[in-house]
Amino acid sequence: MGRSNTHGAPATVSAAPGGMHERVHTESHGAQSSRVSVNRPPIAGIKRRRWNRKTQRDAWVFVAFAAPNVLLILLFTYRPLITNIYYSTLDWTLGSASATAVGVGNYVEFFTSPDASNVLAVTAVFTITTVGGAMILGLLVALALNQKLKGRTFARAVVFAPYVLSGVGVGLVWLFIFDPTYGVLSWILRGVGQASPQWVNDPKLALVMVTIVYVWKNLGYCAVVYLAGLQSIPTQLMEAAALDGASNVRRFLSIVVPLLSPTTFFLLITSLLSSLQAFDIIRIMTPSGNGTSTLIFDSYLQAFGSYNRAGYSAAISVVLFVGLLVMTAVQLRFVERKVHYS
Amino acid sequence: MSDTTEAPPTRDRPLSWQSLGRTIAGGYVPLILATLVVFVPLLWMMLSSLKAPGEIVTTNLTLLPKDPTLQNYADAASTVPFARFFLNSVIVTVVGSTIKCILAVLTAYALVFVRFPFKRAIFLLILVALMVPPQVSVLPNYVLIAGMGGLNTYWGIILPGLGTAFGTFLLRQHFLTLPPAIMESAEIDGAGHWRKLWKIVVPVSVPSIATVALVTIVSEWNEYIWPLIVTDHPDMMTLPVGLTQLVNSDGSTQNWGMLMAGAVIVLLPILVIFAALQRYIVSGLTQGAVTG
Repeated sequence: MGRSNTHGAPATVSAAPGGMHERVHTESHGAQSSRVSVNRPPIAGIKRRRWNRKTQRDAWVFVAFAAPNVLLILLFTYRPLITNIYYSTLDWTLGSASATAVGVGNYVEFFTSPDASNVLAVTAVFTITTVGGAMILGLLVALALNQKLKGRTFARAVVFAPYVLSGVGVGLVWLFIFDPTYGVLSWILRGVGQASPQWVNDPKLALVMVTIVYVWKNLGYCAVVYLAGLQSIPTQLMEAAALDGASNVRRFLSIVVPLLSPTTFFLLITSLLSSLQAFDIIRIMTPSGNGTSTLIFDSYLQAFGSYNRAGYSAAISVVLFVGLLVMTAVQLRFVERKVHYS
Repeated sequence: MSDTTEAPPTRDRPLSWQSLGRTIAGGYVPLILATLVVFVPLLWMMLSSLKAPGEIVTTNLTLLPKDPTLQNYADAASTVPFARFFLNSVIVTVVGSTIKCILAVLTAYALVFVRFPFKRAIFLLILVALMVPPQVSVLPNYVLIAGMGGLNTYWGIILPGLGTAFGTFLLRQHFLTLPPAIMESAEIDGAGHWRKLWKIVVPVSVPSIATVALVTIVSEWNEYIWPLIVTDHPDMMTLPVGLTQLVNSDGSTQNWGMLMAGAVIVLLPILVIFAALQRYIVSGLTQGAVTG
């Protein structure tokens, strides 16, 4: 992507000054002494000095333009990654001035305690079901949207809308729907002669509940991305297969699925990353995390909830970040491959 | 008759496998279903927020409020400082988004149009930051901001989120597509970077900047975990954090009418913005998918 056609033109233009710049740097003393030396044509000397000044001015402009943003990112995005590693070696309550160094104790506890393995299990279940649910339903909605039907632009917007809404607001709306006494769902269940389950109090059902809401909020994103993928499939290909007598199912499996695989992989990675970061819905619907403590939510509860274990919380953050790093590395490799592919 | 059946064989083919009935079953039904699944819960929230308490705390559901009332909104405002939450959210969103957009434009311009030796490394640094989840940096940032006295302050809420990797990335991609000719003509005129930025690059990039601005506004407005941690005084809470208060203050039985009123206040502004400008927002949020 960095070497697209449009980028090619300025790249070749800037290559000359870039190379010049390097030389200016290495020969900066030489440039001054070149005034005395006779064997250099004077024009080249002037030209080089002008480049020198311009490059220097450009460097200052660059620093002035980019430094605030870069410094903020370093301070509030990169620095915490390192600080977390330090915090994770401490037995420490947030707000307290003293802490005990425990080495890798927090990590040992995380990988051995039953509570932590429960957190890992909840994270795995929540992540797999939300990613799978949002992607499968998203693909189905995308297939529906891909037909030349009236109102599909409107439908596309409506389906996407929950993705931009506040997780807190969405969580409250669904908490009301899931309410065992006054909720719409309990009303429907009573209509068919069933008692409403205790969605919030039952740990297993609480996980089902937040999963449903999370999928509802995010499937529109998958649908719109899949729709873009579907629309990039050449229509001639589908028409040719139809002429050859391929059925709808056959065309879907033999043409659409393979051609959508880059989109599927992209969605898989981005959905995994965002599911692992899910916080708002879980926090507002199940504040105690009973049955819904994913890694990110447990990390929050350990530091800012009633556990008062900031060091342990930092250890969880480090574990989570390493996991995300591995997945991002996979994605970057894939993007590279995709560029070669197309 | 025989003429018409013979003449359009190509048109006959799609019709034969996609008859009208199948179009409806396979096309409109899923489309309408998907639309309703999204639409109905939000409609239910709006209607419920206008119902009298007796119509909500009942097992006999009615669709429409018998006589619509704003009582729930008044109740919410008298339980917690709701107007203040709204004001705080507006301040944080406006100030935060404005600064973020300016930083994104400046950084993207520098990355594309200004010569600098370590440009690729800096771009990579920003690109990787895009993939660091904000949640893992919450604890260290809390310690830092608390140490600087930033708890329960606007700057404490806004500052840690100001560095913008997303906006920079998106605008850089756009600036790379600008024809070099427009910059060259300005160079001949002897325009400096500051003038080139505001007289040429910004005016021709309004749609892209609008996209970044809208996505930023939406995410600032919805931001939850950081304001939740950094504020514990009601006067400084943003809307999502304040709504949490509304849930907690009630104990076991929730006042659903009040909560739905609160949900409307936090969701409606974004819904209105989205309805008006969804094209920009959708393209901005799915940018990574389309370009990457």
